[in-house]
Amino acid sequence: MSERILTVEDLRVDLPVPAGSLHAVQGVSFHVDRGETVCIVGESGCGKTLTALAIMDLLPVRARRTAKRLELAGRDMLNLSEREMSDIRGARAAMIFQEPMTSLNPAYTIGNQLEEALLRHNRVSRRQARERAVYLLERVGITAAGSRLKQYPHQLSGGLRQRVMIAMALMCAPAMILADEPTTALDVTIQAQILHLLAELQREFSMGLVLITHDLGVVARIATRVVVMYAGEVVETGTAAAIFSNPAHPYTRGLLACIPVPGRTQRGQPLGTIPGMVPSLIGEQTGCHFAGRCSHVIDPCRRQPIPLEAARGQGGHLVRCIRHAEIAEPALVGWVERQR
Amino acid sequence: MTQRNQNAEGVGSALRLTQPTHDSTPMLEARGVSRTFRVSVGLFKPKRTLRAVEDVSLAVRPGEVVALVGESGCGKTTLARLLLGLLPPTAGEIRIGGEATTTLPRRAIAALVQPVFQDPYSSLNPRKSIGSIIALPLRVQGGSDSSTWRHRVEEMMERVGLARSLHDNFPSQLSGGQRQRVAIARALINRPRLVICDEPTSALDVSVQSQILNLLQELRRDMGLTYLLISHNLAVVEHMATRVAVMYLGRIVEEADTDTLFRAPKHPYTQALLASVLTPEPGLGVPDTQLGAAYPNPLEVPPGCRFHPRCARVMDVCKTVAPAPIATASGFAECHLYNPGEPRVS
Repeated sequence: MSERILTVEDLRVDLPVPAGSLHAVQGVSFHVDRGETVCIVGESGCGKTLTALAIMDLLPVRARRTAKRLELAGRDMLNLSEREMSDIRGARAAMIFQEPMTSLNPAYTIGNQLEEALLRHNRVSRRQARERAVYLLERVGITAAGSRLKQYPHQLSGGLRQRVMIAMALMCAPAMILADEPTTALDVTIQAQILHLLAELQREFSMGLVLITHDLGVVARIATRVVVMYAGEVVETGTAAAIFSNPAHPYTRGLLACIPVPGRTQRGQPLGTIPGMVPSLIGEQTGCHFAGRCSHVIDPCRRQPIPLEAARGQGGHLVRCIRHAEIAEPALVGWVERQR
Repeated sequence: MTQRNQNAEGVGSALRLTQPTHDSTPMLEARGVSRTFRVSVGLFKPKRTLRAVEDVSLAVRPGEVVALVGESGCGKTTLARLLLGLLPPTAGEIRIGGEATTTLPRRAIAALVQPVFQDPYSSLNPRKSIGSIIALPLRVQGGSDSSTWRHRVEEMMERVGLARSLHDNFPSQLSGGQRQRVAIARALINRPRLVICDEPTSALDVSVQSQILNLLQELRRDMGLTYLLISHNLAVVEHMATRVAVMYLGRIVEEADTDTLFRAPKHPYTQALLASVLTPEPGLGVPDTQLGAAYPNPLEVPPGCRFHPRCARVMDVCKTVAPAPIATASGFAECHLYNPGEPRVS
C-alpha cells in the first residue's frame, strides 16, 4: 500500500451571487498517493480550478468551503489558521498556474523569487538557497542557470518561465504539486517538453501530482488516474486505461467523440457533439446534471440524486449514471474499434 | 503500424473525392512575400529589424483547405494579415484571383476574402447588437437593397446555428461558441470565396470546438468555400485540411498534402511537431521531442538553416548554408537532408 498524500472527501465550494448561491463544487472526493498523477479533466466552469484553489485554501474571500475530510500527508487542513496554512503552501504542497507571466513577480529577479520560497520555509543561508536554485534550474533544463538568476521574468520565453515555475515549486521538495493547466498557454512542442519534464521529476522525487486540464490528450498520456468533472460534480473516475478504453458516463464518451484524432477520425466526416449547454449551478438541482444534454436520459435521471457507483469490471472505476450498465455496449462500439 | 496505414488509406480515398483540381488559378497567392518590422528593444538602444515573414510563397486553390501550422511567433498571423490586405508586404506580391492586391481597392478584397479570428470575446464590438455586427459587411459593401438586409442576416444566423431571436442581443449575452458563430456569420454574409480562419477554435471548449469545426465543414461544402486555416492544433489540422504548410521563423519549411505530411513528414521540424501531438492513447506516455530548451527568436534568426540550433539531425552545412526548397511528392521541404547534391557530413 503506497503512501496517501492527499485525501479529499465531499469537498464543496459555494459562491454568493445576487440570485442566491452558486454551487461551484458539489461533493468532490478523490485521493492521491505518492508517485501518482491524478488528472482532473472537464470543460470551463465545471469546478476543476476551484477544487484546486479550495485544496490550497486560496479561494476568493467570499467563497465558502466545506468538506468532510481534507488531509495532506495525514495532516488535517480544514481547521488551520492562515499562518499554519501558509507554512504548508509552497513547502508541503506547491502550485503551478497556467500563465507563468502573471504568477511571477515582474519586479524581482528569477533568483530572488526562487530563493524566497526556500528562505521562507527553511532555516538556510542565502548561499544555500542560491545553490539549490541553480541546481533546480539546471534540473528543469535551463542552460546557464547561474546567469539566469539575475534575469527578470519578461526576459524569458513562455516555455522558460514555466520551467522556472516548476523549479520554484520544487524548491522546498513538496510532497505534492498541484498544476492548473500548466501547458495550456504554450506551443505543442513546448507542451510536450514541459509535460515530459513534469512526469520525470514526479517519478524522481516521488511526489503526488494533481494536474488540472481540459485536454484529453494530455490526460491520456500522463495520468495514473482520472477524475472527470461536469457541472461541479465528479461524473466518472478510474485509471487512464479504464476511462479511455471503457468510458462509462455519457458525458465522458461525448467528450471523447468530440476530439479529432489523426488516423482515426475521418476527414470531412462530422465530429461528435454534445448538444445543449451546461446547466446553471445557482440554487438546488435534483437529479443528474447531465440529464438535459444526455441522449440516454429517462425519467428517474431527473428525479433523484445520482450516486457514484462502481462501473462493471474494473476496480476503482466509478461512474455517476444510473444507466451505465445498460448503455455500456452499443454506443461504445465506434470508439473501441478505432482504439484497436 | 499496418493498421495505421490502412486507416490513412481510408482517409486518403475519402479525400480524393473532394480533391480540388490543381491546374486552376490560385484563389489567393503569395509570391515571395516578406514583411519586416522595426522594433524597439530598449529605451536607448537602436531599433532592430524583425523579419516576421521572409520570402514566402503560398498558393490557395479553389476548394482547398490549406492549413498553416507552426509555433507562436513563427509569423503565421502576420502572413494572414498580409493575405487579408490588412498589412502591406515589404517585398513580394499578393494576388487574389490572379490580380495583384495593389491594383484592387480594399473593399474588393474584403468582398472576396474574409477573416474569422481566434478570440470571439475581443473580435466582436460589445456595444453593437448581434444583428448589426453581422450586417456590417452589408453596410460596407452597400449595393443591394437595404430592406433585404434584416432578412439576409436572419437567414445567415439560422445557417450558422444561431436562433433568430438573438438578433437584438449583445455579444456579452452569448457563450463563446455562439460568439464564434456570430463571427462566422459576419464573415459569410457577403458570400466571400475564401475565409481565413485564424485559430478559430483555440479559445473554445472541446465540445464547442467540435460543433464549430462541423459547421465550418458544412459551410464549406454548401457554399463552395475555400479556407486558409491557421492553427497550432495538429489534430484539428489533420481533420480539416487538404494541404498543410509548416512555418518556422518566418519561412514555410515544408508543404505537402495532409496525408503525406502526417504519414511521412520530411523536415525534422515537422517531425518534431507531429511527435508532440498528444493523442488520447493511454500508456504511450509523453514523447521526447528532442528539441532542446532553445527557443526561436525572430529578432535573432540563426545563420544557415534557421532550425539548426534545435535540430536533432543537424549537419555542418546546416550552420552556414540556408537550404533551398527541394521538391517532394506533393510539395517541398527546405532541408539539406533531402538535397542529393549536398555532401552528407554529420
